[in-house]
Amino acid sequence: MNNAQILKYAIDLIAVFLLALGIKGLSKVRSAREANRLAALAMGLAVIGVLINALGKDGISISAWIWIITGSTLGGLIGMATAKKVPMTAMPETVALFNGCGGMSSLLVATAVALFPETQSQSSPIVVGISIAISVFVGAITFSGSMVAMAKLQGWLSTPNWTQNKLRHALNIAFAVVCIVAAIKQFTEGKGNESLWLLIIGSSLLGIGVTLPIGGADMPVVISLLNSYSGVAAAAAGFVVGSQLLIVAGAMVGAAGLILTQVMCNGMNRSLISVLFGGSLATKSSTSANKSEYNNITSCSIEECALTLEAAERVVVVPGYGLAVAQAQHTLREVTRALEITGIDVTYAIHPVAGRMPGHMNVLLAEADVPYEQLKEMDVINPEFPATDVVLVLGANDVVNPQAKNDPSSPLYGMPVLDVQEARTVFVIKRGMSAGYSGIKNDLFELANTSMVFGDAKKVLGDLLVELKELGVGKKG
Amino acid sequence: MEFLSEALWVLLLGSLLGLELIGKVPPTLHTPLMSGANAISGITMLAALTLIIKSNDKLPLLLMGSIALGFALFNVIGGFFVTDRMLSMFSRKSVQRKVNR
Repeated sequence: MNNAQILKYAIDLIAVFLLALGIKGLSKVRSAREANRLAALAMGLAVIGVLINALGKDGISISAWIWIITGSTLGGLIGMATAKKVPMTAMPETVALFNGCGGMSSLLVATAVALFPETQSQSSPIVVGISIAISVFVGAITFSGSMVAMAKLQGWLSTPNWTQNKLRHALNIAFAVVCIVAAIKQFTEGKGNESLWLLIIGSSLLGIGVTLPIGGADMPVVISLLNSYSGVAAAAAGFVVGSQLLIVAGAMVGAAGLILTQVMCNGMNRSLISVLFGGSLATKSSTSANKSEYNNITSCSIEECALTLEAAERVVVVPGYGLAVAQAQHTLREVTRALEITGIDVTYAIHPVAGRMPGHMNVLLAEADVPYEQLKEMDVINPEFPATDVVLVLGANDVVNPQAKNDPSSPLYGMPVLDVQEARTVFVIKRGMSAGYSGIKNDLFELANTSMVFGDAKKVLGDLLVELKELGVGKKG
Repeated sequence: MEFLSEALWVLLLGSLLGLELIGKVPPTLHTPLMSGANAISGITMLAALTLIIKSNDKLPLLLMGSIALGFALFNVIGGFFVTDRMLSMFSRKSVQRKVNR
């Protein structure tokens, strides 16, 4: 062991330690930002470690340097530009895009090593063979799955009806069998290029086949799961090139991602199995019970809504995905600010899965300068609804559906929801009577104390602000 | 064989550590945590780097390694920046921006 190697080991140990601290710190609000930087620092150290080790061993050739710098600069700059430019509402698909590229990287490395066996690490060929197969398999699934998830969240891809057919399971099993056969061929025959390509194609198709039928509401869970996969792919790549740091970091992310996926599933009252194999909720419910017709809907004008708000003492806002889509969070903030100035108590009820990802709504509202203290979690706000004068439901649907509590036959039954119907008056601002993500009828809309205000969230809030100002709300004194 | 047994221990302990690290996460942090963990999974850039270094100046290897490195760095740099952007919104103690409309 020469000095460079010892130095590399030291750096690796520090990097692993910092990465662990980083992941730990990211799960607490106060330490999260520092933790993220700590993890970034650890990654930088790890790169330096690899470079030092290589320089101490055989050196790095000029052309290698050129390719290293070209690749990293290009990737890094595009990544930075994307991260700075992308709107906060598009966060789920951005994470999916980044994640897919991580998977692609593992896939490429494993493929390159398979094509040029002289780059293999010094461990036994069987180990390398198995790790190449795993890395290619998981890497390709991560990439194709993430791309499908991103395209669906962006609205470029919808859920085709045929994917809800039970036959899709047979198709996916066929893809999986192809992958297994190709993987076995790959590492028994060693340098079998056809089997490698077969494995790549088979796993990519499997990634698409599994992700495509999953409905939009479940997409965050899928992204989180794919995130865990990309950790597994990285760990497998670690076996391929013989890097323990890669193995430990990949394993950590893989395991942590799995836990996070489970936590998200719990928040949505879904099991991972039903997310992955259950298809989209909407089609299931529409076939089982066709009761999506509404009676006794009360709709009201913006003026009435403003009058009620002006007379209120306690207002709770329930923001949802629709608010994010309409980009109305800033207008909402202006409305609530006007109410606050007049002395009306305003809080925000945040359902664990509000927005498009758990925690997404908090990010969006924080962007609009809503004070963190005004955001109340479901368990805190639910007992407060009976003492609330007005609830404004903005683009949220399933998370305020009383069916989840009252109707055991409902697919939503058992999902934790916000008890907005307990409040004196509920205004639901909504574009039309269309169903939410789950495609299930919302009983809240028919209740006597619920009034619908139809229109685009941003426009309604803008008009509401005007009406409120006319009533003198928002002026001091 | 020595590397394998060591590596398997590392894999086991790393997985256990990952399972333990995330116990209770407030829902607020799910999105940033996912995004941060996602950036860390770009650690596969080390593999791409190793590949380029070991390439013996073979063009296809250099090219594949470089593309892999690019993808990984897109993941890492983009991931950390976007996470930081999200988290910066939480730490900013409600700066009251004047709204004149």
